Amino acid sequence: MEIFGVPLPAMMSQLLLGLVNGSFYAMLSLGLAVIFGLLNVINFSHGALYMVGAFLAFIGVTTLGLNYWLMLLIAPLIVAVFGILVEKSMLRWLYKLDHLYGLLLTFGITLLLEGVFRSFFGVSGQSIEVPELLQGATNLGFMVMPNYRAWVVVASLSVCLATWFVIEKTKLGSYLRAGTENPKLVEAFGINVPLMVTLTYGFGVALAGFAGVLAAPIINVTPLMGSHLIIVVFAVVVIGGMGSIMGSILTGLGLGIIEGFTRVFYPEGSEVVVFVVMVIVLLIRPAGLFGKEK
Amino acid sequence: MNRKIGFTLALIVALAAPFIGYPVFLMKLLCFGLFACAFNLLIGYTGLLSFGHAAFFGAAGYFTGYALTTLGLPTELGILVGVVVAALIGLVMGWLAIRRQGIYFTMITLALAQMVYFGMLRAPFTHGEDGLQGIPRGKLLGMIDLASDTTMYYVVLAICIAGFALIVRIVHSPFGQVLKAIKENEPRAISLGYDVDRYKLTAFVLSAALAGLAGSTKTVVLGFETLTDVHWSMSGLVVLMTLVGGMGTLVGPILGAFIIIALENKLGDLGNFLARTTGMEWFTTLGESVGMVTGLIFIVCVLLFRRGIVGEIGAAIAASARKKRLA
Repeated sequence: MEIFGVPLPAMMSQLLLGLVNGSFYAMLSLGLAVIFGLLNVINFSHGALYMVGAFLAFIGVTTLGLNYWLMLLIAPLIVAVFGILVEKSMLRWLYKLDHLYGLLLTFGITLLLEGVFRSFFGVSGQSIEVPELLQGATNLGFMVMPNYRAWVVVASLSVCLATWFVIEKTKLGSYLRAGTENPKLVEAFGINVPLMVTLTYGFGVALAGFAGVLAAPIINVTPLMGSHLIIVVFAVVVIGGMGSIMGSILTGLGLGIIEGFTRVFYPEGSEVVVFVVMVIVLLIRPAGLFGKEK
Repeated sequence: MNRKIGFTLALIVALAAPFIGYPVFLMKLLCFGLFACAFNLLIGYTGLLSFGHAAFFGAAGYFTGYALTTLGLPTELGILVGVVVAALIGLVMGWLAIRRQGIYFTMITLALAQMVYFGMLRAPFTHGEDGLQGIPRGKLLGMIDLASDTTMYYVVLAICIAGFALIVRIVHSPFGQVLKAIKENEPRAISLGYDVDRYKLTAFVLSAALAGLAGSTKTVVLGFETLTDVHWSMSGLVVLMTLVGGMGTLVGPILGAFIIIALENKLGDLGNFLARTTGMEWFTTLGESVGMVTGLIFIVCVLLFRRGIVGEIGAAIAASARKKRLA
């Protein structure tokens, strides 16, 4: 069976690839949105921390001989601890200033992290094995689906939806949303807002670390892997706006799928299609799809 | 008075420099100085943080290189082509980016610049990863042969002074005052009846064109153009130069550019020197870790010296003057 002259299995596998990329976009833009909501900081180092997550997985699995599943838990925790230290020691001093200083500081952290990993691992890529449980592929009849890719989509979507649930439907989430609206008032009610801010940053970057571990078995792990991704994710954030959690998730996934389709029909355009969509959205709906400007 | 003496001294140093230093390196310093000043016109005087200035700098360089090599245009026309291209890209990019404010503006410029990067990577005339090589310097106005480094140096100096003078003129013009008003308080500027978007866009295009002038001139000087100049890290570098020197000061960006470029070039020597004096082997690797060092400078500047070198000096002078008045 063919669709517009493209065999169905080829189309479906590109679509799955798009979905995989889309889940990374969703997880990263979700983290950016959560952080921006409470801290008013655009975390440029998000891409670098995704890279750190992938390298931690690589170090854990190859050098220390740990298990992939263990690293899926440990690596985000290490990234979170790093994030908390950064927030406590540096970001904290910038909240009262213009947003741009937060961006510049995290940009500096990005360069520093990339430099450090470059001096240890060089620029050539590393990779880790797909865990035994998820090796191989399943034949669905209309396409052959690599198990690991399916796992990436399922795992990221579960994490995204869990985050959405916690923020939108629980008591803790209501504190968080209230803190986004008016931190002073929330503090007056006796809630420890600075602690909440610190933990939110830790959680946001842990999402990036988690995405990094998920990506490690299927992409080339290099110190620069995060930089291109973060620029695309910025475009995703511009398209979706950072006001809505579900909006971030849907925009991320949607753009991944659009990118996948572009790879089928016009491969040369796939690396810029997200930016083109951004331009179109800016022309038609300047505030972004789910936008409420802050 | 003091300012006049300062500028005269700087001019004398600039005129004498090629007899003391290596002219090509000096020309590189000048071009990056102009680049940082162009960027500063936007961040320092309009309050817009662009993270896409590499697009203007690099694209201008590529088009100048193409015009000089393939089209065989004379040097001055080649540079003009680069400037026009940069201004046009600036017009489109600015027109799109000013639809959003603050941090979104920055993200949009970064994303659009990444598009330009891919354009330059894939376009046939740029030769992808190899870049343009062997770009001839040619003759200025068909008369002055630019092959000699000293002649080239004075031409570059003249271009950079002209660019700098234009920026000073813009900043002190009524137009520049409106830009400052937008930077200080955009809603107020709007309620005073200024068409803020048009002012922002004009500033953006001017800044892009001047960044293009710097990029084109640099390409003529060095005779090659590569993807480094359109890469996002170049956009970051020009932010750093301006931050180190002092955002919103006239000479700060030039000083910042000199420091960062000198540091980039001499980091290896500095590392070897530190390794020799301290006996720590690790310092010898410093030359390869430019990114790490620039990252550190970024962090230190944002946390401790937000006003930059010139800004801090200015603040110190102002503080001592206040003390004197009180005493």
